[in-house]
Amino acid sequence: MKRSVRTVSWSAGLGSLLVAVVIVSAGLGSVWIEPQIVAKAILNAIVIPAGVEIERAAVPLVGGSIPFPDPTYASVFSFDIATTDQVIVETLRLPRIALAATVGFALAAAGTVMQGFFRNPLADPSIIGVSSGAAAGAVAAIAFPALIPFGGLHFAAFVGALGTAFLVYAIATDGGRTPVATLLLAGIAVQAFLGAAISYMLVYSGDDLREATVWMMGHLQNSSWGDVGFALPVTLVGVLILGGFTREMNVLLLGEEDAQHLGVNVERTKLLLLALASIVTAAGVAVAGVIGFVGLVVPHIMRLLVGPDHRILLPTSTLAGGSFLVATDTIARLDSVSLPLGIEFGMPVVPVGIVTAALGAPFFLFLLTRREVHSV
Amino acid sequence: MTDSEDAASGPIAVERVDLSFGDVSVLENVSLTIESGEFVGLVGPNGAGKTTLLRAISGALEPDTGRVTIDDVDIHDVSSRASSRLVSVVPQDTSLSFSFSVRDVVEMGRYPHRSRFSPPTQADRDAIDRALERTRTEALADRPIDEISGGQRQRVVLARAVAQETPALLLDEPTGSLDINHQIETLELVRELVESGRAVCAAIHDLDLAARYCDRLVMLADGGVRRTGSPADVLSADTLSDVFDSNAAVTENPVTGTETVTALPATESSARDDGEAAGSEPSIPPETPDRVHILGSGSAATGVLARLHNAGVRTSLGPIPSGDIAAETARRLERDRIEVPPFDSVSESDIAAFEAAVTASDAVVLADVTVSSGNQLLLEKLPAGTPLVVVETRPFEDRHFAGDEARRLYDECCSRAREADSAGVLEAVSWAVAKHDESIDPEKEDTGSTNSTTGTARTN
Repeated sequence: MKRSVRTVSWSAGLGSLLVAVVIVSAGLGSVWIEPQIVAKAILNAIVIPAGVEIERAAVPLVGGSIPFPDPTYASVFSFDIATTDQVIVETLRLPRIALAATVGFALAAAGTVMQGFFRNPLADPSIIGVSSGAAAGAVAAIAFPALIPFGGLHFAAFVGALGTAFLVYAIATDGGRTPVATLLLAGIAVQAFLGAAISYMLVYSGDDLREATVWMMGHLQNSSWGDVGFALPVTLVGVLILGGFTREMNVLLLGEEDAQHLGVNVERTKLLLLALASIVTAAGVAVAGVIGFVGLVVPHIMRLLVGPDHRILLPTSTLAGGSFLVATDTIARLDSVSLPLGIEFGMPVVPVGIVTAALGAPFFLFLLTRREVHSV
Repeated sequence: MTDSEDAASGPIAVERVDLSFGDVSVLENVSLTIESGEFVGLVGPNGAGKTTLLRAISGALEPDTGRVTIDDVDIHDVSSRASSRLVSVVPQDTSLSFSFSVRDVVEMGRYPHRSRFSPPTQADRDAIDRALERTRTEALADRPIDEISGGQRQRVVLARAVAQETPALLLDEPTGSLDINHQIETLELVRELVESGRAVCAAIHDLDLAARYCDRLVMLADGGVRRTGSPADVLSADTLSDVFDSNAAVTENPVTGTETVTALPATESSARDDGEAAGSEPSIPPETPDRVHILGSGSAATGVLARLHNAGVRTSLGPIPSGDIAAETARRLERDRIEVPPFDSVSESDIAAFEAAVTASDAVVLADVTVSSGNQLLLEKLPAGTPLVVVETRPFEDRHFAGDEARRLYDECCSRAREADSAGVLEAVSWAVAKHDESIDPEKEDTGSTNSTTGTARTN
């Protein structure tokens, strides 16, 4: 089969799976909502900019007012469903599901890029310290709010993540070249150092210990459309640009010198891939904390299914990562499930990172024993 | 000889290149030009700078001084994309451990010709098809690269370089990890690419192969060009012993008329060279025998075969595994040979053929005989009176795979054989036959090859 046909059919299949997972997930909870009603509620929630009204805002101190544009939105669909169902889906469940999908996209895409980049099956999105940096930033913001005067938790985590990635890159770069092995080792060293810093801050965090710990375990509770509004655009733009470099990723698998002989500007491409993967990871980690195994396991599974060609691997991994995290977060968030036919049961609410690791690690071990994972 | 003062004229021109890693100077004042349609081999001992020179030409390493141009473009002044349209590289290590299809790997060769978002053009597809066809890898196109053999993989990497459609092609030890059949196959392919107008430069470890396929050789040693010129010029025994620190026998390869090189351990070789001239034997060579059977393999047997063939001696060879360089040489020379499939033991019929060949010959040469259980059977069949010559280039322990009985048998053969190196084998065989004839019948008949005691008056 032609590769482009395979890419489109796999992507369409995984896209459909994602839609199905989202609809089922949005229906599950203490109140069961029928899939067709969920679908209508989701469609009802879609708005497009309808126009711009000019409002005037008072300017303090100076007096008077200046005009500023205020866009208005219009619903595209207006299906007639119960208001409670609409509210449950649109404001209670959907933000969290959308954020889970976004973070899943981000981690799986970044994991795919990092594994190819390092030609190392154990590489994951945070291999150069992005997650440690985010955790350090977040814990600092939680434990010492006075030190982080503006921007809040997400901002601190995002800056910490990118700052760490940049630091590791700078340490590993010498004379315009960045050897991958040095990058890997510098990442490990910086992560160890940040681990010490985080532990130190936790010791002195007092009452904030629980909040910091929950953050670090990975969490999607209290998600808002604002989180999605930050993470989704960053992720989508990052993944789309990465999608333009899939041929370079393939050629880099041959080794850097081969890649150069085939015309790839190796150092520039490495910097670009590393920067984009780090930004995308940072966006995900900043809003959801450190969620393990998504970025490690999902690219591996997809590689076994579709092969190592990044032109098909990157889009399919991204979509599969979204489905995986929505599904695991659904398990994590449910305190009770009520299904049709009067089936009801309760379950503990846990941070999503526990579920991804608890499901991902055994599955990964299963893969290791069943399929020989020699290389990326 | 290409002098460093030569103006750059060929598609590949290396001009006074110095290159060092830190304080260690690797290339010193290296200059060479390679024309379109010319195949230049880089030869020299390990650490001579062959790979470094190739990397400097490909643009992977920037020289400290001097410059490298391809089609008059300074390769270090342009982007890697631009340079990869000028020069393609077949690397030494071609272990690709991920399951891209062969076609996908070859398609990577089109990378420098494609723009980022456009799908492959018809020209790209044509180039890929041509490259697959040229390297005879079409049948493999849909196979995963990690599931084909090493020789096939080498051809695929060559196909990738062909698809790059560059005027210059560099190969680093293209035959290093291949068996002899695949070495020849690969170099034949490279030769075809040369004929189609590419300028090709390859680091080749095997001097015989380099002499056979290259138009010109560049001998590197200690980072400098020691000698450039035709294989005959470069592979003189003097140059070789100078550069490789050992004595070497250079003979003309009977297959192609190019040079065959047998390197010998320095001390042993010089002792024998002297011994041959000033030994106990009269220095006038006796008549050469008519027919000689050779048991053995590898470069030793090839050297013996080449020597005897050049002297007009009829030879037969074997049993020998197919694909061995000596078997290949005998095949090309259309000599009699008893071939057995590699790793197979000798059969009853092989032994019978061996006995017939020995009976028909004036003498038998044991050239680096592998002492295996199969060859033990052959040694047992050697008639006690057969004139024997032993040529040994590899230590006995490297060739000994059978028990003590086989060892005893081999030692016994050696004790009644003359020792020689492949350069002196003709004289040794002649003397062995002459001594043998003396002891039986001083009169010689001229009746061809049917009797083991006959010999002709053909001289060297």
